Amino acid sequence: MKELICITCPRGCHLKVDEENGYEVTGNSCPRGKEYGYNEVTNPKRVVTSTVRTNSREYPRCPVKTNGAIPKEKMFDAMKLLDDIVLAVPIYCGEKVIENLFDTGIDFVATKDVQ
Amino acid sequence: MYDVAIIGCGITGSACAYFLSKYSLKIAIIEKKNDVCCGTTRANSAIIHAGYDPIPGTLCAKYNVRGNLLTKEICKKLDVLCKEIGSLVLAFSDEEKETLKELYERGIKNGVPDMEIWDGDRIRREEPNVSENAVAALYAPTAAIVNPWEYGLAMAETAVRNGAELMLNSEVKSISKADGGWKIETGSGSVEAKYVINAAGVYTDIIHNMVADKSFEIIPNAGEYYLLDKCEGERVSHVIFQCPDKNGKGVLVAPTVHGNLIVGPNAVDSDRDDTATRTASLDFVRTSAVKSVPSINFRENIRNFTGVRANADTGDFVIGFAAENFLDLAGIKSPGLSAAPAIAEDAVRMLKEKGLELREKENFIDTRRHLRFNELSDEKKNEVIARNPLYGRVVCRCETITEGEIVDALASPIKPVSLDGVKRRAGTGMGRCQGGFCGPKVLEIIARSNNITFEDVLQDDTGSYILTGETKNGGAK
Amino acid sequence: MMYDLIVVGGGPAGLAAALAAKEKGLDSILIIERDSQLGGILNQCIHNGFGLHYFKEELTGPEYAGRFIKMLEGTGIKAMCDTMVLAVTQDKKIHCINPTDGYQVLEAKSIVLAMGCRERTRGAISIPGTRPAGVLTAGAAQRFVNIEGHMVGKRVVILGSGDIGLIMARRMTLEGAKVLACVELMPYSGGLQRNIVQCLNDFDIPLYLSHTITEIRGKNRVEGVTIAKVGPDRKPIEGTEIDFDCDTVLLSVGLIPENELTRNAGIDIDIRTNGVVVWENMETSVPGIFASGNVVHVHDLVDYVTGESQKAGRAAAEYVKQGMRSREHAISVNEGKDVGFIVPLKIHREAMDAEIFFRVRRIFETSAIVVKDGDKVLAHLKRAHMAPGEMERVKLSRSLLDAIEGDEITVYAEEVEE
Repeated sequence: MKELICITCPRGCHLKVDEENGYEVTGNSCPRGKEYGYNEVTNPKRVVTSTVRTNSREYPRCPVKTNGAIPKEKMFDAMKLLDDIVLAVPIYCGEKVIENLFDTGIDFVATKDVQ
Repeated sequence: MYDVAIIGCGITGSACAYFLSKYSLKIAIIEKKNDVCCGTTRANSAIIHAGYDPIPGTLCAKYNVRGNLLTKEICKKLDVLCKEIGSLVLAFSDEEKETLKELYERGIKNGVPDMEIWDGDRIRREEPNVSENAVAALYAPTAAIVNPWEYGLAMAETAVRNGAELMLNSEVKSISKADGGWKIETGSGSVEAKYVINAAGVYTDIIHNMVADKSFEIIPNAGEYYLLDKCEGERVSHVIFQCPDKNGKGVLVAPTVHGNLIVGPNAVDSDRDDTATRTASLDFVRTSAVKSVPSINFRENIRNFTGVRANADTGDFVIGFAAENFLDLAGIKSPGLSAAPAIAEDAVRMLKEKGLELREKENFIDTRRHLRFNELSDEKKNEVIARNPLYGRVVCRCETITEGEIVDALASPIKPVSLDGVKRRAGTGMGRCQGGFCGPKVLEIIARSNNITFEDVLQDDTGSYILTGETKNGGAK
Repeated sequence: MMYDLIVVGGGPAGLAAALAAKEKGLDSILIIERDSQLGGILNQCIHNGFGLHYFKEELTGPEYAGRFIKMLEGTGIKAMCDTMVLAVTQDKKIHCINPTDGYQVLEAKSIVLAMGCRERTRGAISIPGTRPAGVLTAGAAQRFVNIEGHMVGKRVVILGSGDIGLIMARRMTLEGAKVLACVELMPYSGGLQRNIVQCLNDFDIPLYLSHTITEIRGKNRVEGVTIAKVGPDRKPIEGTEIDFDCDTVLLSVGLIPENELTRNAGIDIDIRTNGVVVWENMETSVPGIFASGNVVHVHDLVDYVTGESQKAGRAAAEYVKQGMRSREHAISVNEGKDVGFIVPLKIHREAMDAEIFFRVRRIFETSAIVVKDGDKVLAHLKRAHMAPGEMERVKLSRSLLDAIEGDEITVYAEEVEE
């Protein structure tokens, strides 16, 4: 039995995941908690947020995020990929910055309009 | 060969530079730090004492009352905030009432004008937040509050504008006799001068010992303070002292010229540069202060700081020639801030007696203007913004300091190289957020103005870097 | 010109208030923002976790703000950026300056105060030691790292476990710094549980509960800190010291509503929290002047700021169109046992409903929030878990309000049997 705190939303439900019984999740208050509990024990994933350089003087960085959770152990590798990027303004929120990270189908996208 | 070299640019050195720059002299001011007035001058009670405290006949007594007068004149001329709000020394017992009488007598002997002894009712009427246990007070109307670092800075700036040469980042390593004067080796080169003034604050004994046998010793003594937010600034309207004891004037409570409340100091022996704060000291300050003013709300504290007094083991200021044409202005403890201009005035006289030729400059600049946006009338505000739109952008929201004022500070005669340097000139980051909001913005303006990278902007002295590098280091620049 | 509404502050609170007032029919609305862009502090909160309640999806701070900024398009709501409000008066005049228009006095029929909050600093908690560079609030560090793109240090100790501190622990780590410890005075964290997990645990950053920094060392730049365990009196216990070699101390030791404008205007403020005292419709002690968001109380979630600010915007519209609500027979809301600062402190009798927000003072497991009218229990709401880091919310319907006989109600928290 593994005890976890759900991080899907700020509520922070205390979950129990039974590894011996098909990863049954209890303590969740929504279906997303169930999914989190299962994933956290079998294949933990995280959304990564960071910034990239821009060519703007006024706004030298543009915030970005992965548009889905990527495997937790890939977080630092994902960060490294951002080092080589310089976005040219205008940048639009939602614009893809790096596509298909580690073949996960997840992209880094801009999270702000920068003019 | 300089006519005069001044070692140390605190309040004493600044005052000497200012007084000497009235004459056609080649002056060098040698300062170890990257800015002026960064020692005791920036960490003290910010009080211009009336002068009843020093024992008659001492040098402290001699210079305090005269200094009080001169300070007000200088602050007026050089646009430095200084307010004559008067001081009260509280007595809590009959015994302390006797002390008040003694102080009053001393004041008379020292030439302090217009003192009064107040009874409890009068105290309550004038200062409703003072403790009900106060039974009497010595009122001295000539005591004033001042912005101490701007005071020193204004005098140093004026000296520089009148031709004095300021050498920053120049720690004195050794001093030797030279042909017709002294040769001073500093970390950044050597300076030769006919006359030398030793105004090195807590280091005056070390400088003295470079040219003469040991004759006094500085026993550094630390005092710690609270600075409270402006909502506490009207808690009292005079400088409130307790009766002095063997440790000095004790813990005071006073408004500052910026509208805050200052509370402190204690007195403990320390190292020359040890400006750390300690829980025990601060607890002592708090406990002592509420004896005078019980309602102080210490939850409104915005900063603690420690100043180190340059107490000499002689118990008085040490003023005199250490060697030929080498003048010590040492042991400048409290009331040193008040006494500084009188000491400088006398130092000039003493040098003259030793043959320094004084010819007054015809074009001596004896004014200085500091635009404080927040204090302007609405019309004036519009006028200055129309002239320079940067006055329309508030950078420090707590103190309402505009970008225009920061740019002014960066273009002033002694250019700041750090956030604290700008703070001392423009007042940014002095308020309740302590630079949390404006710090990044001020840093950017300094970098832009001084044409340096963000990483090169300092918090304060050399080595006080703020940023450690850019993010996304691998990215193409 | 006379505006229907001027909103002071263009962060999430101000944006939501302006939009809601527009929806309720106000025409001329002006938002005044001191920064060069709208969005407030959300612009530097680049992490995700915003909007789950309001948008039902997980957004980053800039995305959350961006959605509201987009909503302004076509509404005719004017935004004046790079403008600092110097004073607000009870007769609803706003004194402000900016580089292009200079100093001006604007008039409005109603005002919403939405200035947000600021961080407590080192001075507020009097940490002993030297005063070197490298001691900064987590929010200032966040601005340097996320907006300016500069790192503030390499080896970091964080004091306080508020959310910004936790978020910065992760940010600094991802950007290559080593976060050595997060030190919390209280026996529990002041931040959200999820942030403990994904910002500290994910990176093996130790959380020292019931500890504090007892000394900062370093002459020009931080060279190290000492932490120590604290007893129940929150004073350090001798002999429990741990030294850390670090170059940076980040402070996340609480937020204070930024109410200098409010105080100078003579509007009532709670002296303990510095929050504006408001009615259930976010009206302040001065009719026609409303307040919402972190100037009232420090929220845990921006979604609630939005909801509360919409209430303020709607109330401003109602005030302009129909005049003020009667303040007679008002219902006072009192803080009962283990309940911190409550919002609102007063409810108009004519209110259609009222939402009560507060934080509990300690951790509760199986428990209940109780609302009492004298001896009568008005509401008894079960909670599985309550913590001071999270805001609690109780909604009182019109029928419940009608049932109140006295002129005050009390809210408290208590443990209950499962």
